[in-house]
This record gives sequence, structure tokens and C-alpha cells, in this order.
Amino acid sequence: MPTLIVLLVLALFLAAIFTGGYNKQFFERVRSSRTWDWLTTVDHKKIGILYLMAGLFFFIIGGIEATLMRLQLFAPGNELFVGRTFNELLTMHGTTMIFLAAMPLIFAIMNAVVPLQIGARDVAFPFLNSLGFWLFFFGGLLLNLSWIFGGAPDAGWTSYTGLALNEYSPGPGVDFYVLGLQISGIGTLIGGLNFLVTIINMRAPGMTFLRLPLFTWTAFVTSGLILFAFPALTVALLMLMFDRLFGSNFFDYTMGGSTVIWEHLFWIFGHPEVYIVILPAFGIMSDVISTFSKKRLFGYNSMVFATVLIGFLGFMVWVHHMFTVGLGPITNSVFAVATMAIAVPTGIKVFNWLFTMWGGEIQFKTPMLWAVGFIPTFVLGGMTGVMLALPPADYQYQDSYFVVAHFHYVLVGGTVFGLFAGIYYWWPKMFGQMLSERLGKWHFWTFLIGFHLTFFPQHFLGLFGMPRRVFTYQTNVGLERINEISTIGVAGMVIGTIFFLINIVYTLRKGKKAEADAWGLGRTLEWSIPSPPPEYNFAQTPLVRGFDALWVEKEAGNKSMTPSEPLGSIHMPSPSYIPILMSIGFFIAGFGFIVRGIPAAAIGLVVVFAALFLRSFDYDHGYHVEPEDPEKGGKE
Amino acid sequence: MERLRIWRIGLLISLVMILLAGCSGDPTLSVLDPKGSAAKIQLNLIYWSLGLMTVVFVIVITIFVYVLVRYRKRKGQDRMPEQVHGSTKLEIIWTVIPIAALIALAIPTVQYTFDLAEAPPAEETVIIDVTGYQFWWEFKYPQYGITTAQEVHIPVGKKILFRVHGKDVLHSFWVPSLGGKVDVVPGRVNTVILDAKEAGVYQGKCAELCGSGHALMDFKVFAKNQADFDKWKDQMKQPAPTVATTSSEANGEKIFQQNCIGCHAGVNPNIQGPNLNKFATRTTIAGVLPHNDENLKIWLRNPQSVKPGTLMPKIDYLNKDELNDLIKYLDSRK
Repeated sequence: MPTLIVLLVLALFLAAIFTGGYNKQFFERVRSSRTWDWLTTVDHKKIGILYLMAGLFFFIIGGIEATLMRLQLFAPGNELFVGRTFNELLTMHGTTMIFLAAMPLIFAIMNAVVPLQIGARDVAFPFLNSLGFWLFFFGGLLLNLSWIFGGAPDAGWTSYTGLALNEYSPGPGVDFYVLGLQISGIGTLIGGLNFLVTIINMRAPGMTFLRLPLFTWTAFVTSGLILFAFPALTVALLMLMFDRLFGSNFFDYTMGGSTVIWEHLFWIFGHPEVYIVILPAFGIMSDVISTFSKKRLFGYNSMVFATVLIGFLGFMVWVHHMFTVGLGPITNSVFAVATMAIAVPTGIKVFNWLFTMWGGEIQFKTPMLWAVGFIPTFVLGGMTGVMLALPPADYQYQDSYFVVAHFHYVLVGGTVFGLFAGIYYWWPKMFGQMLSERLGKWHFWTFLIGFHLTFFPQHFLGLFGMPRRVFTYQTNVGLERINEISTIGVAGMVIGTIFFLINIVYTLRKGKKAEADAWGLGRTLEWSIPSPPPEYNFAQTPLVRGFDALWVEKEAGNKSMTPSEPLGSIHMPSPSYIPILMSIGFFIAGFGFIVRGIPAAAIGLVVVFAALFLRSFDYDHGYHVEPEDPEKGGKE
Repeated sequence: MERLRIWRIGLLISLVMILLAGCSGDPTLSVLDPKGSAAKIQLNLIYWSLGLMTVVFVIVITIFVYVLVRYRKRKGQDRMPEQVHGSTKLEIIWTVIPIAALIALAIPTVQYTFDLAEAPPAEETVIIDVTGYQFWWEFKYPQYGITTAQEVHIPVGKKILFRVHGKDVLHSFWVPSLGGKVDVVPGRVNTVILDAKEAGVYQGKCAELCGSGHALMDFKVFAKNQADFDKWKDQMKQPAPTVATTSSEANGEKIFQQNCIGCHAGVNPNIQGPNLNKFATRTTIAGVLPHNDENLKIWLRNPQSVKPGTLMPKIDYLNKDELNDLIKYLDSRK
């Protein structure tokens, strides 16, 4: 606790020193600084950029953890990271990549794109949008602080109880997992709700549900999945928190609890989570493939139907993660058949993408390269997915490297490739500059080759009897060579990511300026406004006259969208420091619980409630801006 | 240009595949080299699903490559593609055919799921109670009154009913050569029915993350012909030699009783270590080190250096002679 106060005072001193000392103008200066602007913004475009930066930061951390693990596994009997340290690495790699890299990167693109695609000026609840981001960020920060405060969690990203209880995981590691994820989970839930309301209520005139671009559709279904899946995690984490902190016995079998309850709760959340992170990637694919093939998406209605069906079935299959728990042949068979059923809508999507390209005029710009690399990679992951759905075969695959290979084909080959496609595709819209095509192609090819070299051989590791989450393996059982290849492949992904970072730095310094229709092929509303868009996005809310709204106007020979309202002043929400304040409160409370410092936890909660109080009596109604008339050559 | 790159990738993938085909895994550990009927059934299903999926993959990749090559934008071309909305006929085709394929997959799947769960007739079955501990395995034969650890012996050709118990955290009991795994769930008894078609030593693994020593929670399955199995059974049932024959062994026994018996004979029900009956006949120490005096010393002096997280305390306070005597005594446990 004293440490925290010292740190706080130090931060204030530093802020004062760098801004010229305390005096009457101090708060004025702080308030007009760029940092303050970013910390308090409620603009969905800026929050999208914050999500992007935070997501990339955690993606790199998770990547470093993965690289360290592969180095340990390069040869049998290595002693780089053994025992507990290795378990910490594998736990933090999984947790970071799912919750702190994939999720925020998806929210980054959703924030940057969804309001623009539906012709809205912002999300429905800008304040909540900011709160969602800061909660995620401080939750992630809390989780990663575990490395320096007593050891990271080491019970796997699934944190199966038994192992995750105090008796078998003493120390604060798993507490960091529980409270870090709880806090960032609240942020995710808020974000999901916000996008549901936004897509239902904020669509421009004429933008009916069956005219929504596919990415917005997938964002909609994903938000619905978040709404129904995350509460299961919240409940599970709360129960684990009570077991660990307050001595309850939900999961301790010697006291009548059950570890199987944790497994059910975790996977009732965990399986939909897989679709939460893959569906937006499907949406990105659909938009990118259609754009760069210069063709309307093939079978739009069935694509929408397939998305909704995948989302629905995603809740019906969680037991396929638990085939070996011993739930009996009836349960296993039911969930096996339900799991296989998901292959049908997924297949529909793949064939629709192929036939969108069929007859088109395909341009291999970087986003399209990622989309094209996605298809065979994801199909391989889907194939092994069907194979894993068969319980008798799964008894052999379960918890072996075969599973590791499978879910990396889906999560990297699917989600990460999709996210890269999305980032390259919408970067010009977010930042007003084109990422370098040349560096982008280097990024793509090194990453793709490295990825397949790393994960393809792992199917065989599993079939040759190597369990997952092991820090070593025997010599002379045919595993050495494959592990070597797998580790070498990581180099490709590392180099690819470095190319990407160079690309970002290079572009920010001397990137080519982007047009409104950055790729010249835009079909959807976001390409009808300048890059980057003005604060209010649309000077006049557009009138939507069909699917691919901008393309419809282009075909009709119009240069821009038809406005649906006269030019007038626009109401904007005011920035607010309350979201970050409230998140800091949660952070302090979480940290207090972890170190069993109840006073610190109480102070944190006081901050939270103070922030809630401030917000409740905040009579700030925002402000109005006068848009520049695009006809009269304002900002381009 | 683009076409070239695609071939390059294809070449790379096939190179990797050829390289991998070169190593086929170890015959005592590989799923692809089944030695029991459960593993055989499971491998059949793996191959059947792999075959079906390969057909799907080939179809997708053929269309994929054709589309990319045929419809890529050529230099100087500026064509307006026809804005097709879709095709009900095609969409029905790629909905119905996968459904048919999945039915062809679902029928044997459900069949095998129930087959594997079916208990064999009790009188022909050998029952073995397996208990997973952090990070070792205990095997009890209730029919014969035998208890052992780390190494389980089974007769070839007979159905073995493994009843799997848990006492601490989750583990998973897996012998890839003989069949798929089943989780060790504290508070539940799971069963798995395995058999071995030929004599041999097969490797067992723990497949569920169970703590620091998870990677080293190995065990071995000795599949023996009935005659050999009966011999082993009789040997196990013979009482341990009560009086050590030489003075150093007698001293070793004393040291054992002073230092080890609290855990290793199950005197204290809360602290349980592996049963060391007939320890000298085991091929490994702690399931991982080859059994010899040198390794036994390493293990006794610092067990955590061999198996991180093990509950076995360091026996580093004995002097050289005492340690040698203890080892001599352990060596006499045949």
C-alpha cells in the first residue's frame, strides 16, 4: 500500500516536472495535452486505435512467451525453462493470446469499422466504450504484473481446478489470473453489449439487417456470443476467487465440491469464445475477398444464415473438450454429432468465398494475400476439427500435440491471418496512410511459411505420443527431428512480425497518404468518407439504397452517397476521465485482493464507487460541432 | 508470379511431409502403430475421417488454385466482373454433400463410442485399479492382492479393465499403443478397457497438466504371455525377504525403516508414496531414470532435480556408507 502511494506521488511529480510545475495553469495544460486527450477519449476511432496498440503489445508479449517455450523444446532434456517456469510460460501464452491479444484486436477493428459501415457517428454508448477498453487494459496489466509480484499463474489457460486451488498452486499466481481476467472480462462484456445496441439502433436510413456488410454481421453475432458466454466465465472466476480467497469449497472434492463443475463452466464460456474470435475473422475475409475480387459477395443470405447458425451451434458443443472426462457414451455421442454439424455452415462459407473469387478480377494486395492464405490454412484446421469431434479418435488426440496443432491452425491460421488482413485493409481508414505493400508482402510470406513449418509437424508429434504442456520429451522415440523443425519455424513468424512492426514505423513516418476510397475498390460505407474520417464520421448521414451501399451508388454513376438529412450541427459526446479512473479503482481493488491487503482492496472499491457517483451526477450533455460541407471542398 | 509462389508453398509443404514420413514414431508410443484392439478401432476411425477430409481438402484446393490462377488480374486488364448474387443450386449442393459425408462419419463414430464403453464379461477380465498422484502412478490388482507402482504388468490377449481413481489433481491415463486416454478425476472412478495383442513394453503418459512434474509422469505397461504373467504374479505375491542376509543390507533396512517407511509403506494415510515392494525388479526409478545404483543415488540425493515438484524429500543427510547400505537394501527387494 505505501508503495502505491509513493508511486502515485512520483507520477504526479514527474507530470509536473515535464509540464512546467504546479500553478494555476497546470490543470489547463494537462487537459489540453495530447496524452490527456487519448486517456479520456470516447471517440470510437481513437478507442479502436488504443485497442489496436494494446492488442499488438500483448500479442508481442505472448509471442515472446511462445518463442521461449519452443526454444526449451528444441532438444530433449533442455534445461532452459523447466517445471514451474515452463508451466507459467504456457499459461501466460495461452491467456495472453486469447484474452489480451485476439479479443482486443477484434475490438480494435470492430470499433474502427462497425460504426462507419452502418453509417453511424459513434457507437451507442461512447462512455461505456471507453470504460470497456480501460477495464480490459488494466485487467491485462494486472495479469502481467504477476511476473514481478510472486510468479505468474501456472495452471494452464484453462486453469482446471484441483491444480488451480490453493493446495496445489500456492502463491498469488492463480489469483492474478482470476482477478485479471475478471476485470478485463467485465470490459469485454460491456464492449459486446455496446456493439449489440449500436448495430440494432444506430443504422443509417435504408441500412436494413440484410444490407449490413458481412463484417458488421459477424461483429453482431460475436457480440451476442459475448453477452451469453462471458457470464459463465464471470461465475466460474467468482467461484474460484471464493475458493482461493475466502475458503469456500466449490471445487474441492474432499469437501464435496467437484472439478468437473469448473470444466463445464469454463467450456460453456470457452467454446463460444472460439467462435467469438473466429467469426469476425470470417467477416473480414468476406469483405476483403469481395473487394479485391471486384465482385459482390456470393450467396450473401446464406453467409448471414451460416454466421448465425455457427454462433448458435457454438453453444451446443462444449463437451467435445471433455470427451475423456468420463461422461459416458450417450453424452459423448450427442456432442460429437452436434460438433460435426458445425462443419456444414463453415463449409458453406468456404465455398461462398471461393465462388466470390470465381469470375472476379483478383488483385493480390496485402489484405487479399492474408485472405488467400487464410483459406487453405483454415480448411486444414477445420478438417482436424472434424477429426477431433469423433470421441473414439479424440481419446487418442485429446491433450496431445495434435490438439495444439489443430487449434493453432484455427486461431493463428484463422483469427490471426484474418486480423492481419483486416489491419492491412482498414489501416488507411484508421490512420489515413497506406501500409507499405512491399513490407506487407515480406510479412505475409515469412509468417505464412514459418507458421506452417511450426505447426504442421505438430500433428505428428501428437500422433507419435507427445502430450501437450510438457517441458521435455524422451530421446529416441522419434520426436527430436519434428520438434527441431517446429522450433525453426518460429523464426519465420518472428521475422514476419518484425517486418510488420517495421512497416508500421515506416508508414507512420513516411507513408503514402490514403484517399477516401483507399483501395479504389470500396463497396461499403466506410470508403465514402475521408481517411481518416472527421470526428463526426458523416457530415450528413447517408441514405443506403442496397447491399454494398457505396458500390450501388458507383454503379448508378454517383461519386458519393446520397445524404439523408440536411447539413446541420452535430451533437458529440464529451471526453471523460471517469472510465480510466474507475478502471484504476478496479485495478487497485484487484491488486489488494491478490496480496490479501484488504485496506487496499477497500480503497480501490471506494474509487470505483466514487467514479460511479460522479458519473451518475454528471450533467455534461456534450457539445455541438459544425461539419464542413464536403461539396464546398472542406477537409478532404 | 503469383502462381510460382503458390507452387513454392506447395513444394515446401510436401517437402516437410516427406521429411515427416521418414520418421514414423516409436513402436511403443505411437498412435499410428496400434498394439491393442482399442487402439486399432481408434486408428481405423482416424484413417476413415482423414480419408474423407482429404477428399474435401483436395476439392477445395483444386477450386482454390484454379480460381487464383484463372481469375487473377492481368497486366493492363480492367474488366468489370459480373456482380453475381449467388446460386441456389450450387449452394444446395455444398450443403447436402457435406451433410451426407458427415452422416457417413457419424455412424461409425457413435457405434465405436458405445463399443469402447462396453464392459467385457467379468470372469475373463483382469481388473486393475489405477490411481494417479502428483507425479506417479499406483496400480492395484484387487483379484490378486498385488500393489505396485510405475510399472503395470498385463497378460497378452486378455481384456484389462482399468478403474481410474484420483486423489489430488486431474491427470490423464494414456497408453498410446494400446488405446486412447481417460482422465483421472478426483472423486470419480473412470474406466477404460484395453488389451495388448502382442507381448512388449509400452509407454504410458500423463496427458493432463498436473503441475511442475507433469512432463515426467511416465509409466510403463509390460504386456506378457499368460505364463510369464503368472510367474510375475507369483513373484509379486511372495513375501519380501524379512531378514537381510548381509550386515550392510541389514543396516540399509534399518535406515529404510527410519527414513522411508512413513511414506513408502503407507503408514501415514495422508502422505503416500509409491509402494516399493519388489523395487529391485523395476526397470526405472521414479518412472523416468533407468534403474541403476548411480541413478538411484542421484534420485535420493536430489529428487527435485530429476522430477520438479515431486513430494519426495531430499535424502542428502546420509553419509556415503549409509547411502550405499540403503541402496543395497533396496537392491535386495526382489
